[in-house]
Amino acid sequence: MENFWQVMNQHLDEIVAVILFGVGFTTLLLHRNLIKKILGLNIMDTAVYLFLASLGYVEGRTAPILTDGITSAEKYINPVPSGLVLTGIVVSVSVSALMLALTIRLYRRYHTLDFDQITLMMKGEDD
Amino acid sequence: MTNRNDPPKNRFVGWLMGEENPLDDELELIVSTSQQEGRDVLSLEEAERQEEAEELRREKLAIDEKSQSVRIHSWAKHQGAHWLETLYRIAAVVLCGAIIFFLMTTVVALPPFGAENNPYNNEVSQRYIEQGIPETGAVNFVAGMILDYRAFDTFGESTVLFVASCGVIFLLKLNDHSSGKPSRAMLEAEYDDRHHEPKNDGILQFAAKLLTPVILLFGFYIVLNGHLSPGGGFSGGAVMGAGLILYLTAFGFEDTRRFFTYKMTRWISCLPLLCYAGMKSYSFFTGANHIPGGVPLGTPGAILSSGFILPLNICVGFIVMCTMYTFYALFRKGGM
Repeated sequence: MENFWQVMNQHLDEIVAVILFGVGFTTLLLHRNLIKKILGLNIMDTAVYLFLASLGYVEGRTAPILTDGITSAEKYINPVPSGLVLTGIVVSVSVSALMLALTIRLYRRYHTLDFDQITLMMKGEDD
Repeated sequence: MTNRNDPPKNRFVGWLMGEENPLDDELELIVSTSQQEGRDVLSLEEAERQEEAEELRREKLAIDEKSQSVRIHSWAKHQGAHWLETLYRIAAVVLCGAIIFFLMTTVVALPPFGAENNPYNNEVSQRYIEQGIPETGAVNFVAGMILDYRAFDTFGESTVLFVASCGVIFLLKLNDHSSGKPSRAMLEAEYDDRHHEPKNDGILQFAAKLLTPVILLFGFYIVLNGHLSPGGGFSGGAVMGAGLILYLTAFGFEDTRRFFTYKMTRWISCLPLLCYAGMKSYSFFTGANHIPGGVPLGTPGAILSSGFILPLNICVGFIVMCTMYTFYALFRKGGM
């Protein structure tokens, strides 16, 4: 039991990220409303950023900006995950904007945000 | 250009000019004479009756198919929906639980959080930090990394933002170039905007008047200081976009259009992208061929230092600002 709590303590950030990812994925699957599906996808994105950012952290070091003229890798945290998170945020903003725009177009055509109803109506159009 | 009535000198030239199609009258289905003879045997009335029967049969088939699909859909809507829905929900929760469980077992096996000698704190990050200042001149190692070592990646990001704003414009812009007067959809959007958004709100306008210059200035400060302190093109651009959006919310499209039009947005998002591409092409070309680029790195910590990072940050900042503003304006009214 003690071992379990120790492991939990060592990986708290990653575990929270995984749970957030699961919450986002469940939202994506369970809701029929397209806007809520997009929200779920964004929660999943956030979980991935948390995971990446927590990988870059090193205990007792500072942000990767030159302080006091020290250029030793022992003083700063890992800058690579920060750059990756930046890329991820930009891409997720673009993808959410495109998804929302497509949702607006769907709403203008079918006057509903319910994904099942939209699918039914699309099938009806094919007949 | 030859006269249309002249006979073309060459069939190919004639085809190129669009005067003659050599395949005319050559590709039509030629009905064989034997079939035509066979048809003559049937009397006209009989043929008509056959055609009618065929049409009836086809109509009936279509009705059958339609009722079938309607029945299936109504079953799915009323009876099937209930237990299918429950089944689906249970399956979804179980699937998500399984995914969380497997990810958790993987995550727990990772090296401990925040330890110094984790495998991902390897020579890559060490190189970025220890050689970053002599090689890029940026005090902010992340800026040096994303705009010098990995500038191509950042160029891709800016392009993604640009393409996303193009996509949103393509999907949501109400077209206004068909005729001089606005279309019905545009008038409706205008009415909705006037109806649902705050109009001449005193508190909002006063706050916007005070805050917009400060926000824009602060955003530009973040952009300019990207190589010296936390920040850079992306965050600074987002702040500047927020300032513009605040002004737009408080004063409406008419006032904003006085200094920030659609045409200007196009220029401000295209030109920085081209500048970025040009600058990075130059530095990649000179770097790959070991030619001295001639861009001084300056003293680390000074505002005019670190080579191309400062202009690249400004480019990225403008792209992000325009993208944010475009998203807001198009989602709100379908135009600017």
